[in-house]
Amino acid sequence: MTPHALTAPQFDVSRATTASRAGAVVGLLLLVCLATFPFWADAGWMREFNEMACYLIFAMMWNLLAGYGGMVSIGQQAYLGLGGYALLAMGNFLGVNPFVAVPIAAVLTMLVALPVSQIAFRLQGGYFAIGTWVIAEVFRLSVANVSAVGGGSGTSFTALRGIDKATRQSVTFWLCLAGAAASVALVYWFLRSRQGLALLAIRDSEIASESQGVNVRATKLGVYLVAAFGAGLAGALYFLGNLRISPDAAFTVNWSAFSIFIVLIGGIGTIEGPIIGVILFYLLNKFFSDYGTWYLVGLGLLAIVVTIKFPRGLWGWLSHRFDLHFFPVQRRLVLREPDKEISHD
Amino acid sequence: MLGWIDTIVQGVLLGGLYAMFAMGQSLIFGVMRLTNTAHGDFIILAAFGAFSLALAVGLPPAAAPWLALGLMLPIAFAAGYGLQRVVLNRTLGRDPLPSLVVTFGLAIVIQNLLQEIYSADPRSIESGGLNTASVSLGGGLAVGTLPLLIFVIAVAMAIGMQLLFDRTPIGRAFRAVSDDKDAAELMGLDHRHVYALATGIAFLLVAVAGTLHGMKTTVSPADGPALLLYAFEAVIIGGMGSFYGTLAGGIILGVTQAIGFRFDPGWGIWFGHIVFLAMLVFRPSGLFPKTR
Amino acid sequence: MALLTTRKLEAFYGDFQALFGIDFEIERGEIVAVIGANGAGKSTFLKTVCGLLKASREAVSFDDEPIGGLQPGRIVQRGIAMVPEGRRLFPSLSVEENLLMGAYAKRSGPWNLEAVYDLFPILKEKRSDPSSALSGGQQQMVAIGRALMSNPRLLICDEISLGLAPIVVKEIYNALPRVCAGGLTVIVVEQDVGMAQLVSSRLYCMQEGRVTLSGPSGDLTREQISQAYFGV
Repeated sequence: MTPHALTAPQFDVSRATTASRAGAVVGLLLLVCLATFPFWADAGWMREFNEMACYLIFAMMWNLLAGYGGMVSIGQQAYLGLGGYALLAMGNFLGVNPFVAVPIAAVLTMLVALPVSQIAFRLQGGYFAIGTWVIAEVFRLSVANVSAVGGGSGTSFTALRGIDKATRQSVTFWLCLAGAAASVALVYWFLRSRQGLALLAIRDSEIASESQGVNVRATKLGVYLVAAFGAGLAGALYFLGNLRISPDAAFTVNWSAFSIFIVLIGGIGTIEGPIIGVILFYLLNKFFSDYGTWYLVGLGLLAIVVTIKFPRGLWGWLSHRFDLHFFPVQRRLVLREPDKEISHD
Repeated sequence: MLGWIDTIVQGVLLGGLYAMFAMGQSLIFGVMRLTNTAHGDFIILAAFGAFSLALAVGLPPAAAPWLALGLMLPIAFAAGYGLQRVVLNRTLGRDPLPSLVVTFGLAIVIQNLLQEIYSADPRSIESGGLNTASVSLGGGLAVGTLPLLIFVIAVAMAIGMQLLFDRTPIGRAFRAVSDDKDAAELMGLDHRHVYALATGIAFLLVAVAGTLHGMKTTVSPADGPALLLYAFEAVIIGGMGSFYGTLAGGIILGVTQAIGFRFDPGWGIWFGHIVFLAMLVFRPSGLFPKTR
Repeated sequence: MALLTTRKLEAFYGDFQALFGIDFEIERGEIVAVIGANGAGKSTFLKTVCGLLKASREAVSFDDEPIGGLQPGRIVQRGIAMVPEGRRLFPSLSVEENLLMGAYAKRSGPWNLEAVYDLFPILKEKRSDPSSALSGGQQQMVAIGRALMSNPRLLICDEISLGLAPIVVKEIYNALPRVCAGGLTVIVVEQDVGMAQLVSSRLYCMQEGRVTLSGPSGDLTREQISQAYFGV
């Protein structure tokens, strides 16, 4: 009697879903549509878009750091402000073209984040968060004491004065659009990579992943640096559009507060979440910011309720309920049809 | 020379106030590993509460704030117990994010409500001249009576809290639940209640700190975050798990800031932050850490 | 009438089912052993009895009253005490403070500090030492003493021989008769089958979340137990 061969089940790793394929098409169309804004849209709209794009970049990076990296920080504004001031320094003092200086500012910020991380990583959990805030305060106070950049009251971007208004507005807008798209793409690509898988493993269990050969320290550092790069980019773009910078605006903890709100409302640990969150935040701002302090009270209460009742956020809830993934970073095991039996004689 | 001694003494007294800010946070973090980002805002809330109560009781300014504090204490305890039981207990767990976000939300709510009620103008609690009185320490050195009083109360707080932890049944319960929550439950302890007691006590400390702070200087609704950072730094410098450590941490922070201010007012607080960060790099467990 | 009964007890860790309908009972004054390999479900069983894991209300009865799903604190107050696996002493507390924590539930009965020190004299010597400074066997004594301080009617010992030298294990189990002298009922969970058979009058064997064998300890043979323990 011929024995049957024992074949192990064969698997494929599948990622795309129908929703993601549809979403990709819609997304590309949207991008193309947005790119045409400078030709017909109001300057006010573009400025609002720029601001929201910066919030998106900042929130996306915070989400990468906290939702995927497990490092909850309320001090990322240190890098946002640094990006803005690096742009200022390069433009005003070194004569670098301000538009070219934007990515350079982001890189410089990332370089500063390297030594800073060694200090920040001494703390864990909730105390890590407050520690990052202290570091941001150090940045703020340091800059506020430097009169060359305007000290406590800040200064304007003289380098932009030579450029005509329409060009400046268009290029700033395109840079913000590119920055936002790039940061989403960067996070998406990162999570699909081996580094990303390592990150998800670390998030679930540091000890288990370390035992599987994952270099936890290096991976966490990598994420921290990427987040700093993104924050620096957001800062450079924001103040490029703002034309003016001051320590209080650059390093205020409100950046962290709002981005936490955005990510939480949208859905932490997902890529779609911050996008939805920024849109919601924009709408809330549009309709309610006239109420001043009461609006902020409302935001605070909303954050409390969402954290306790809807910890997954709006997108997280939707995606869990209807199994929707536009940015599929999960990996599915799909069973291949078994091969025909091989008989041995 | 006298100038330097004066600076150091001022720094020590300032440190007493910082230690007072930090005591409540040291307690809460020690018992349940909760990071309360609204801690500073609760202190400011207490200060404004004392401010309004002192005006309402209609006594002369020398006595009014003390009565106001006395009235506030039971309210503070109940508020802390209730907040922990109803809201904060739900945020505890392995993930630090929920407690961070919820307390952050609370901070924003408190700051803006205070702004609505009191506007952004700084207020101070009338104390009938206590904040300008001074005491001579001999050798040409004089210190403010109120800062000295604050320092003494801060020391008393540290001693009191350490005794509470080391010698009383509730202190035993705090240490046990902090060590091993599930094992403590096996002894019949209800962690929800014990945590709430800890927060209640912490809020008592916050009420005292806020009232004294409001008597010493002016307070405005947005002051909270700065106090949070000082409290946090005092706890870390001193080492977690010890109230004497927190006292020492506060004093070191106060002295550091005073020295910084002496060089240049703009760099005072910055210097304090730098020393804190240096501490993190060279002695991350603090000066007097208890084994955890 | 049985002191503790479980009927078709099930337990889950999230979606994972760990217990598949456990039927168990123990009479007043009995010493019953529960044996099984790692992962058999012994600890899970104990956790559901003590309230650390959710169980349906009627599945666990103590003194004829349903206690399934109650908070651990409430269950202790009714008179069930556990000596947890791995001792789980409080490292920040001294030996005496650990014992005092056992009395948190304030139940009345014969067990107090003096009685525990009488049972384990070495502990009186070391009463002020931090509990982490004691040897493994001494820590086990503290853990047992701590459970006794709550004056329980049912004492559960979860793997008290784990990590201890055989001679120390003997010394501890030698104290068991004195513990039971006052009519205390004891469940002993053990991986050491020989010891379990020796100290108990009946035993249950568990495997993969089910009871595979039960009966008087003296009557069960080596083969029967092997079969039930390993499933081969």
